[in-house]
Amino acid sequence: MSLLDVRNLRVTFDTETGPVQAVRGVSFSLGRERLGIVGESGSGKTMTGRAVLRLIRPPGRIEADAMTFDGQDLMRASERDMRALRGKRIGMIMQDPKFSLNPVMTVGRQLTEGLRLRDGLGRADAAAKALAALQAVQIRDPERVMDAYPHELSGGMGQRVMIAMMLIPEPDLLIADEPTSALDVTVQAEVLTILDTLVRDRNMSLIFISHDLRLVARFCDRVLVMYKGRIVEEVAAGKLLDAQHPYTRGLLNCLPRIGGPREPLPGLDRTGAWAE
Amino acid sequence: MSLIEIDNLSVTFRAKGRLVHAVEGVSFRVEERESYGLVGESGSGKSTILRAICGLAPVTGGTIRINGQPIPSSRGAGFAAQVQMVFQDPYASLHPRHTIDRTLSEPLAIHGIPGSDARVVQALVDVGLPPGFRFRYPHQLSGGQRQRVAIARALMLQPKILLLDEPTSALDASVQAEVLNLLNRLRAERGLTFLMVSHDLSVIDHMCDRILVMQHGKAVEELARADLAAARMTTAYARSLFEASADRMLAAP
Amino acid sequence: MTTLRAWLSDPNPASRRQARLGQLWLAMLRIRRNRLAMAGLIIVALLLVVAALAPWIAPHDPFVQNLSNRLKPPGTPGHWLGTDDFGRDILSRIIFGARITLYIIALVAVTAPVLGLLVGTVSGYFGGWIDAVLMRLTDIFLAFPRLILALALVAVLGPGIENAVLAIALTAWPPYARIARAETLTVRNSDYIAAIRLQGASAPRIIAGHVVPMCLPSVIIRVTLDMAGVILIAAGLGFLGLGVQPPLPEWGLMISSGRKFLFEQWWVSTMPGLAIFLVSLGFNLLGDGLRDVLDPRSASR
Repeated sequence: MSLLDVRNLRVTFDTETGPVQAVRGVSFSLGRERLGIVGESGSGKTMTGRAVLRLIRPPGRIEADAMTFDGQDLMRASERDMRALRGKRIGMIMQDPKFSLNPVMTVGRQLTEGLRLRDGLGRADAAAKALAALQAVQIRDPERVMDAYPHELSGGMGQRVMIAMMLIPEPDLLIADEPTSALDVTVQAEVLTILDTLVRDRNMSLIFISHDLRLVARFCDRVLVMYKGRIVEEVAAGKLLDAQHPYTRGLLNCLPRIGGPREPLPGLDRTGAWAE
Repeated sequence: MSLIEIDNLSVTFRAKGRLVHAVEGVSFRVEERESYGLVGESGSGKSTILRAICGLAPVTGGTIRINGQPIPSSRGAGFAAQVQMVFQDPYASLHPRHTIDRTLSEPLAIHGIPGSDARVVQALVDVGLPPGFRFRYPHQLSGGQRQRVAIARALMLQPKILLLDEPTSALDASVQAEVLNLLNRLRAERGLTFLMVSHDLSVIDHMCDRILVMQHGKAVEELARADLAAARMTTAYARSLFEASADRMLAAP
Repeated sequence: MTTLRAWLSDPNPASRRQARLGQLWLAMLRIRRNRLAMAGLIIVALLLVVAALAPWIAPHDPFVQNLSNRLKPPGTPGHWLGTDDFGRDILSRIIFGARITLYIIALVAVTAPVLGLLVGTVSGYFGGWIDAVLMRLTDIFLAFPRLILALALVAVLGPGIENAVLAIALTAWPPYARIARAETLTVRNSDYIAAIRLQGASAPRIIAGHVVPMCLPSVIIRVTLDMAGVILIAAGLGFLGLGVQPPLPEWGLMISSGRKFLFEQWWVSTMPGLAIFLVSLGFNLLGDGLRDVLDPRSASR
């Protein structure tokens, strides 16, 4: 039984010079598993994640043959229904905590806001839950962080706060849009481990959007490779090295490796019919 | 005599009322035609060293020597003809209201070099861009194309030294490969010296002959490429950096 | 028409002129999507056309007096907006008054912003004591209320349209200096400025060629929004008898001279008042629309 089912998703932007198609017919289904969506800039991977949450504003339009979450039709749901879903059942982590956390509110206030407004918890209960969430993401002194503002936190800390914030309502599905791309390389490993543990412990489904093919392959069960708004290949993570599609092979081979040869890196051959 | 000599360089400045020691007592040498890499995480001071060489950050201690001569405090035309820089963000390093033609011909105009028409077209061809892009604006180009323009601009005055501040970190993987290949080709063709900064150890390994690992403004360890590939680093920090990136390599063919 | 359109939207322009016109055309397309901005643009264009074609479209001479025809109400055949207390046709006077309004606006628009840009960019780029001195100078001029300054100038130099414009321009430039300085402070730390400095460019070249183009959008928007204020100040000066002198058909002057008849022959003051209202509204709407189009954030990505 799949949790999320997407059929022929299209996202179009009506610009003054004509319509621009960001996503051109994407179909996939997601069960209780981790799905990775990999692509370069312009591939439509971020738009796909946002379309599921219906977070795209005009001049963008979302069209799909079907988009259902746990039996509920996302295409026909009202904005009120979507608001009930967002956060509570589908959460989203974005790339840079500098931009995704409200800079004028303390961390504590941001964490408890949802609990108090949406779930009607009292101040003490909400604070306790927030503290517990911060401890779950391995923040050593959660009380200090509760009173801090986002700009006072390091990148890794900010991203952990973001994860804590999104996990408090215990959603069924988590969409992570490049969650570690803005972090230093040693911090990336830490944050990914935390995310890994949390997702496994709570039995959540995960959509992991990234440009880093190898990272996604290590972290997810299944990988979708996108190019120019279409899915070009779908492969199990363990079988990534046997990928057949020229784009996927190109992506795998074009990265430099420590100790690799000094010859020119193989580029991507974009002349195939798939590159249209 | 090395082409670039950095001796005990310190850069300290005030930010929000506190003193920030961005670079503390860093020394290294870059030989002619060598490609030297500075690697570290954010806050390591690697980009600040490049900016100090260019005069964009104040030098509060130590000396910088190019070709044996200390750099004059106001970097004039002579300096511009020797050292040029390619910046990290291709979206921010080209003037948004100038056409590519203007961006490329301006250094020639400043130095009174004639024949800008032919030189601009040749520069575009050298970096693999079609000459038809000449009158486009930066927002009409992709990130990789803008970075090529930035490289072309840096080479207009035919400098001997190219400073590269994370030139590919804002680019997609496939575009990064093309730009790195371009840089290597240009270096071979023109006998350039590279001083390159990156947080990505695999990029530095591919591009550089010798590497300096930095952390919190200080130099941690200098490695030759062979040592890096064989994991022969002696400090714990250098090793942790290696593990964090080599980790990704496990799945590679 | 399609070949012109193709030429303008060519992705690979062949000359700087083609590139610039292409960008201008895209900006026009963007304004077109904003209905209110288009309305503003049409009103301003109408002002320009009326001023240019005044001698040909005005039904009567604006200066000829006809005392037997005094104070006729609007709707009188031949005098659609009525006549004033000297029997002159109000419609014709409004049409010719458009020229005066345009003259005042144009003079202020080419002096105040230019001075403001110069002061603001130099101040922002160099910083330090240059910044401090120029900003204090700006503060001094900012402290002057416009009408008081105009009174002072008139007392010294005598009334007249040029003095009125001078007074307005002298008090209008400080806001542009502040806007330009704020933009310059943001732009100063960009990589493209660092790049051109590294190429050995001199400060005048950097300020004129690199900094000013980035300040222009904010200044242009502010100019259009200020135009409404300029018209009103000129009208106020005319009302006080300090600016344009009779018998010139300046709109503010017309309102003033109709003061005596405000209750019975309301049209003498109200018609020019409506003209001022319409033109001010037009500039305001245009300014708002331009802000959407010229916002550097939307243009540079």
